[in-house]
Formats: sequence, C-alpha cells, structure tokens
Amino acid sequence: MTTELGNSTTTELAVSMVGVSKSYKHFQLQNIDFTVERGTVAGLIGPNGAGKSTTMRILMGLVQPGAGSVSVLDKAISSNDAAAKQDIGYFSDDMRLYKPETLSWHMQLVRSLYRDWDDVYAGQLLDRFGLIPQQAIKGLSHGQRVKAMLLLILARRPKLLILDEPTNGLDPVAKHEVITELMRVVEDESRTILYSSHNTQDVEQISDSITFIDRGRVIASSNRDDFLEKWKCIKLHAPESWTLPSVDGVRLESSHRNLHVLSFNQFRGELPVQLQTPGVVIESVESMTLEEIFVSSVIRGRQEG
Amino acid sequence: MHSWISISLGDPRPLYLQVIEQVKRRVAVGDLPPGTELPSIRELAAGLKVSVITVKRAYLELEREGVIATRQGKGSVVAEKPGLQSSIQESELRDHLKQAASLGLLLGKSKTELQKRIAEVYEQIQKDEK
Repeated sequence: MTTELGNSTTTELAVSMVGVSKSYKHFQLQNIDFTVERGTVAGLIGPNGAGKSTTMRILMGLVQPGAGSVSVLDKAISSNDAAAKQDIGYFSDDMRLYKPETLSWHMQLVRSLYRDWDDVYAGQLLDRFGLIPQQAIKGLSHGQRVKAMLLLILARRPKLLILDEPTNGLDPVAKHEVITELMRVVEDESRTILYSSHNTQDVEQISDSITFIDRGRVIASSNRDDFLEKWKCIKLHAPESWTLPSVDGVRLESSHRNLHVLSFNQFRGELPVQLQTPGVVIESVESMTLEEIFVSSVIRGRQEG
Repeated sequence: MHSWISISLGDPRPLYLQVIEQVKRRVAVGDLPPGTELPSIRELAAGLKVSVITVKRAYLELEREGVIATRQGKGSVVAEKPGLQSSIQESELRDHLKQAASLGLLLGKSKTELQKRIAEVYEQIQKDEK
C-alpha cells in the first residue's frame, strides 16, 4: 500500500503476505498480496465465505499456506512460536471461554501466561465495558462475552491485534464501546490492528486502509476517503442511440427507459463534461457510500473473473 | 473530548474534508484563536474515532492552506497570521459560489441567468428573515 501522505521514509510492516494461496476442496485463497503498516488500523471486508477467516488463520500460523510467504511482526510465520504469539492478540468467534468459571478466573489465567498483562488497564476495561468480574461466563450475553474476550486480549497489550469479526452481532452501544477501545489502542503508534467484517460500516471510520476480498481474492485496497473520491455515480438521460462511453472504470449499473445510472471507479472532475455528448442531459453526480462501492467492486470482480 | 468537531458517516463527503471544514469554521468564528494548540493526530483520531490517516490528511491540507502551523516535535497550532479569520470566510464563500456556478454550468444555465437566480435567493432570504 502506498500513500502520498506518509512522511516517514521507511514504513514498517506489521503484516506482510506475498502470493499466498491455499486450496480446499470447495474454496481457494488465490495469490493474496496484503500488507498492514505498523501503527495503523486495517479493515478486511468481504462477504461471508470470502476468505477473511482463512487469511487471519494463516497469519496466526493456525493454517499452513499452500504457497507464498507470510511475515508477522518481522518473523516468518513458520518460526512463529509461542514467544512471537505473546505479541499478538487474536480474536475469533470460534474461541470459547470456560463456561462454569468467572471472568475474574479467566483474567488470572491469562495474567499468568502473558508477561505484559496490565492490571490497571484490565480494571479500566472492566469499568468501560460494564463487566462484572465475579460473573460466570455462562450467564453472559453475546455482547458481554465478546467484550470479555476482548478484555482478556487487550489487557495483555499485544503489539498486533488480529480480530476476526469482533463487532459481529453486537448492538450499537456495545459496538461503540468496542470501537472506542480499539481507537485508544492505536493512540500508541507502535500498535497495529487488523480487523475483519462483512459490514463496511463497522470498519470504515476507523480504518487507515480498507481491503475488499471476495471469493478468495483481493479485489481492491485503499483508504476510505480515496475510495469515496474515486467512485462516483452519475445519472443521465440519453437519446435512444446512446451507447456506453468508453471511459476507464465505467459500468452501467441500471437503465430505465432513457435514464441510465453509471458508476465510475476512476472519477475525475472533468468527466461529467466529457459525458455531455449531444442529447445527453446529466441529472446528477453523486457520491457513493462505502457499502455501495464494496458491492459494486464485488460484482465487477465476479464479472471479470 | 474534542466535542468542537463532530464528523458524520451520513455526510457523503470524505471524512478528512469534514475535519478540515470544521477546524476552519472554529477558526473563522474565533473559537480557536491564533496560537491555540491543536490535539496531536493520534489524540484527535482516537477522540473522533476516525482513522489516523484521516486526521493526518486533514492536518496536512490545513497546513498547506496556512490555517495551522506544525512545529517539529511540538505539534500543531492555529497559525498566527493577520487576517486569517476573514480569509477563511472569504474562501468558504468562494467555494460555495464555485459549487453553485459549476452546477449551473452542468445544467446549461447562462451567466446572466445564474446572476439573476442568486439575486432572487438573496432577496428571498432577506424577506424570510424579516
């Protein structure tokens, strides 16, 4: 990923995947090139079954890639031993806490395993997440369980957080609490977050980079505001003889009689004027939401591939 | 925290533009006098719950426009430049007029027609305020 804004000469990568592939019977992760700069928040967006979890499991060394190279916090994944994992916090909905025990019991356990566990921070998280340490896990709601798991991960202050759909199924208030806490983490510029969701709204605001994946392939990667500036939707009325102009990145989204809706993924300010051929009347030039951009990217990608 | 700025995902404009606009407005109305220290990029990002890149881009642009000044290692302050408030107001007005004019152009309106329409809107607002 390159940005014109980076004024630091060297960008350190917290995560790097080059040409990573993995084949399963009914699913292939194909040639994934993906990097996350240190000190940033990266959002991985994809529909269900796109390959988000597989990508994250590969980064955690839980799945061995069929091809390609993977490096996490400057270590090749093959040598990613227990010591390296001290610095990584991984969240996934598959993870289970021990139901009969209390949150406090879990906190003591994690504290004994991780050298950087921070008691003061753990206490603040209990407070801000509204969790009661004496409560048994089995009595917690889904939102409380997610927050309890995040507390256990955050309080050991890992350098890299790999969070697989952490906000899935959370109510808006719990989501707000979690996102607020994640932003507090990156106030420290040495900490990095990689965060997946099938919902653009969960990640768009806090992500420095957003990567769309679908059917095991990376289809686009940029930051939110660049996506918004490059993608526009133009509605126009055109005579019967009109044909889709040959402009890079144009797609006809829909037509109703002589009203056509076009999307552009390489929008430039002079484009509307160029489209005004005789008889063409432009009705509007509109911004698209990140969700619309995501959906259009996925559909374009599927039609090309 | 940082309640002097609020950003909205419902607003179709990029977030960094929303940050720029609101900082400028606070400066233009005098809420942020020249020399006022601004929060660091990461502090403001955490406070607004927007990405670091968003705030960084906004600050770079504000610096380029001379609204803020960044001193190495010391963070950013509102620029101490005479006439800053009025020049921001002036450029805001110019931006709005430019938008109206380009929309007019796109819709094929003539210069005289646009002038007439602006005069009409102006008179309407004066009338409504009475």
